[in-house]
This record gives sequence, C-alpha cells and structure tokens, in this order.
Amino acid sequence: MSGRWTWFNVSSVVLGFAFLYIPIILLVIYSFNESRLVTVWAGFSTRWYVEMFNNQGLMDAAWVTIRVALVSATVATVLGTLAALALVRYTRFTGRTLFTGMVYAPLVMPEVITGLSLLLLFVSINMDRGFWTVTLAHITFSLCFVAVVVQSRLVSFDMSLEEAAQDLGCTPFEAFWKVTLPVIFPAVLSGWMLAFTLSLDDLVIASFTSGPGATTLPMKIYSQVRLGVTPEINAVCTILIGLVAIGVITATLVTKQRVVADARARQADPA
Amino acid sequence: MKSLGNVRRSFTPWADGSAKPYIAFENVTKRFGDFTAVDNLTMHVYEREFFSLLGPSGCGKTTLLRMLAGFEEPTSGDIFLDGQPLKGVPPHKRAVNMMFQSYALFPHLNVADNIAFGLRQEGMEKGAVAERVDQMLKLVKLEQFARRKPHQLSGGQRQRVALARSVAKRPKLLLLDEPLGALDKKLREETQFELMDLQEQLGLTFMIVTHDQEEAMTMSDRIAVMDAGTVVQTGTPGEIYEAPNTRYVADFIGNVNMFEGRITAVENGLAEMEASDGFGIRAVAQPGVDAGKHAWFAIRPEKVDVTRTKPEQDHNAVEGEVWDIAYLGGLTVFNVRLDSGAVIKATVLNSERAVEDPIGYEERVWLSFDPDCGILLER
Repeated sequence: MSGRWTWFNVSSVVLGFAFLYIPIILLVIYSFNESRLVTVWAGFSTRWYVEMFNNQGLMDAAWVTIRVALVSATVATVLGTLAALALVRYTRFTGRTLFTGMVYAPLVMPEVITGLSLLLLFVSINMDRGFWTVTLAHITFSLCFVAVVVQSRLVSFDMSLEEAAQDLGCTPFEAFWKVTLPVIFPAVLSGWMLAFTLSLDDLVIASFTSGPGATTLPMKIYSQVRLGVTPEINAVCTILIGLVAIGVITATLVTKQRVVADARARQADPA
Repeated sequence: MKSLGNVRRSFTPWADGSAKPYIAFENVTKRFGDFTAVDNLTMHVYEREFFSLLGPSGCGKTTLLRMLAGFEEPTSGDIFLDGQPLKGVPPHKRAVNMMFQSYALFPHLNVADNIAFGLRQEGMEKGAVAERVDQMLKLVKLEQFARRKPHQLSGGQRQRVALARSVAKRPKLLLLDEPLGALDKKLREETQFELMDLQEQLGLTFMIVTHDQEEAMTMSDRIAVMDAGTVVQTGTPGEIYEAPNTRYVADFIGNVNMFEGRITAVENGLAEMEASDGFGIRAVAQPGVDAGKHAWFAIRPEKVDVTRTKPEQDHNAVEGEVWDIAYLGGLTVFNVRLDSGAVIKATVLNSERAVEDPIGYEERVWLSFDPDCGILLER
C-alpha cells in the first residue's frame, strides 16, 4: 500500500467529513446570524449569545445539567471502577459470567426502558422527582460505560505490579492506591469524561426521571425547539460544541506531550 | 578426598547436622482446584545460600516462591522462615523481597522512585532514602538513569532496576523468579556473575527459580531439581551433574547417553550389566544395585572415548558408525550410531589446533569408557 493521495482517497475523506460536520458547521454559522429567522442570513451578530445569557430559564437548565453531570460522573466512576476491578480480579467466583452480563446489559438496553423502569422505582418508593432522581438515573446508566472502559485497561494490567507493591511493604489497599490507580488513571479519567458527556446530552432518561425545578439543558432545548428553533438555541449548542472540542484537544495534547517527552529522553540517552 | 565438581567456596551448611535451616518447607502441599502444584514437599535452605529451584514449567517451582513471598498460602503443611512459621503472615509483613519475572517496575515512577518505593513505605527518613537510592544505583551501574521512566530503559537496564529495588530494603532473603529470562544470552552470562557477586557482597540468601540448567549450575550453591510438584534431587551442581539419582535428573541437566539393561552380577563393588545394545557394561555399584534388577547406565558425552582401534577391555566398549560430527570450536561432538540403532553422543576436547587424519563421517569407530565414569540408575 502506498501512502499517496489518490482521487479515490481524497473523495472518500471529503465525503466522510462532509457527512459528519456540515450540519454542525451550519449550526455554528447560524448562531451568529443577525436575523430572528433561522434560515435567512442577515449579517454577523453576537446578539443571540447576549440573549442566551439573559435567558434565566436556559441558564438554570445549564446549571442543573452541569451539576447532574459532575455528581453522576464522579459517583459512576467510583462505582464503575470498583465493578471493573471485581470482574477482572475475582475470576474464580461462581456466577461471574452472569454478573458480567448483568453489568453490560444496560449498555444495550433501550433508554426508554431504563427511564421507565427507574420512574416506576422512584414512584413506588415515593421519592420526589428532581435533581437527585436524575442524578441517580444517570449514575445507573453511565456506571456500566465506566466499567467497560476501566475493565479493558485492567485486562492488560500486570498483576505482579500490585504484588510487587505488597512485597515492598504495602497493604493491599495501599498497593491499589499507590500503584494500580495511578497506572490505570488515564482509563479512569476517560471513563469519567465519557460518563460526564453521556449525562450532559441525555434527554430520554432525564425526561422520565426529572421533576419540577430540575429541567436539564437537553430537555429545555427540546421543549423550546418544539415551539420553533430560535438562534438562541444555536448559540447554546455552539458553546457546548466548543466545550467538547476544548476537552478533546486538551486530552490529545496531554497524550502527545508525554510521547514527545519520552522521545526526548531517549535521544538524550548517554548509552 | 574426591569431590564431585568444583566447589565455588568452602560453604556447606547442609552437610552440618547441627545447622539450623533458614527456610524450611515441611510437608507442604498446594492445590489449585484439582491441580496439585506442590505435592507434600519438604525442603531446607540455609542462610547465605544461593539456592536454585530448577524444573520445567508447571513443576511447581514458582508456586514455592510465591508461597514464601506470601502470595499463595499452602493447602497443607508449614513453611518456616528463620524458625518462625509464615502461616497467615501477609506479604507486606514478611522480611522477604522478590524480583519478579516481568520485573514489575512501576511505570508511573522513575528509576529512583522505583528503588525508593519500599524504603519510603517503611517510613525511612528522606535523607537516608536518597543515600540508599544512590548506593543502589551505583551498585547496578545506573547512576545516569535515575530520572528515567521504566519504558525509557532497555531490557537489561530494567532488570537491574528491578534487582536494585528488591535489594534496597536489605532483605535477608531475596526471591528471584526467572530473573534473567528476558535477557539475551551474552547479557545473561554477564549478569549471572554480577548476581553472584552481589549475593556475596550483601550476604543475602538467594532463592532463584529457573528453567535454564546452565544458569542454575553457574550460580548456585545447591540446586533442587523439581518435577510434578516434588523435589527429585537436591545437591550441589557437581552432585546433580555427576551423581544424578534418576534418569529424569540425568536427562534434565546436560547431555547424557543412556543404556538400558539387566544387572547380571555384583562383585567387589562393581556391577556387571548386559546392555540391550549388545555389549557388557561394568560400572560402580551403589547400594541397592543387585543382580537380576533392571537398570539404566547413564554416561555423559565427554566421558566417552572415541578410537579407531578396538580397546583392550572386553566390557565398556562398543562399535558403531560415525553418523554426525558437530565442530563447536572448543569441542567436537560425535554422534555415533550403534549396530542396535541407538545414537550415542561423545564429545572430544580440541586441545590441539590441527589434527592429523581426523575421524570422518561414516567411519567405524569404538566407543569406550571407564567403570567409574557413568552411573547406574534404577529408575
């Protein structure tokens, strides 16, 4: 295989990227539109951004969403990491296959069913629906995503590292804290980021489990869009896209920097 | 007095009946489900000994090491370290350190921090840690690499970091699990001598697991040859090589020729055996070798003489055809095919640079040996 550009290569790349990004680019462009009519271009303006910040309902929803995402991602990461550890470590306990299957099942469960069953649970235990019910629901479904990410890292984790730590005087917990966790930390972090984004953009489960005063941003956007798309919504989405892009780029740069540092160290090798 | 093989130093605590064993396995059995990894094993190791566990993979040698380190508990039986039972003592409370086969270097810490890990864990104060780390880096000649991360090192360097880390806490006992397995041959040979020096310098007891018989021979005071969870023979490298107690040991260590036969007579400490390859063998009879018994005669290739003319003796001599010649520089190995079809190895030392009329392929030759050059084995 040659690495040269061919007509075929170029067109498939262009087509692929166009497919992925044209809708997003359109949205970003129209968020800077002067006109109230979404599909008519009337010159550049940032007025929708100003209006967005003045829209108290939108801001409240954003704040709820961020709090839900922070709390649920953190709790799901702790629980998911523990689940992954249990699944990888204790290979000899009976019913492991069943347990593994049960952790993974929510990954493929239709969200409508997850949302409905959680709603039924909350109603039956008479729990007032609001911030905490949404957060609990998000923990429930993002936990298994974290478990999958962390487990895939743990499979290649050399168990003798932990044994070596114990051999050098660590209790099993210290060995985990001082060796295992730092080594698998990138996986735990990406599990957290995955859980965070999943929580940010969830509409279905939040709609089932939310209550008065705990409207999340996706719910808000969806309800507003039903009344007609305003350029304000475009502005919100543009900011969300910007946040995600910054996150992804930072993560890439951090990884890349480590690679560069290693290469430098190797070049400086006196041997 | 005659001695079997060369002794590295005059150090033989195992021969002293009053010496207290430093490590004692007493009737230790370890089962994993249906599989018995270690089977009712009793073994004693003495202080400052360089002790090797040698055997094929799956013979239970690593399990023994892991039981000493505390990663496995025996199913039954007891292990004593310096007279203290180890039962129920967790790994972090044992004054034992282990060097892992994979080295198990902590990838998120640099070389110095890896070495300092155990010292910091036991609460050593900062200055003393730095001093000990420097000392260890010097010991393994890695002073310039203190700030490197493990993945920025070569295999040999990593091995030395692992070694430095495992001896940094000055354990009385160091366990080494295939410590040189990942190194290439040349580096391995160099490192073997480094390990021996280190052991003597620090006055440690070393217990090493290996499947490489040459490595075990080079380094050890004593070797335990293991098979299927039991120790088949324990002895100095010389004893293991020159006086193996079974065909398994004879075959596992070095090259050996084996003749099967029936003992016809035992007289004046010499046994007569009729080999199935059609010639008479006369060999030193150990206790237990009796007339009428089935036995094997084992002889090392370097103890077999190759001549063109028939030797004068009428036993311990057999004729064959040169089947293959391997010139190895220092040695030449002849593979001689007997009329019975068996192929016998004989090595000849090339002590001269040029030989007049050397023995060639397909020549008829005589193989002969002295009665005390081989050993009779019953199983």
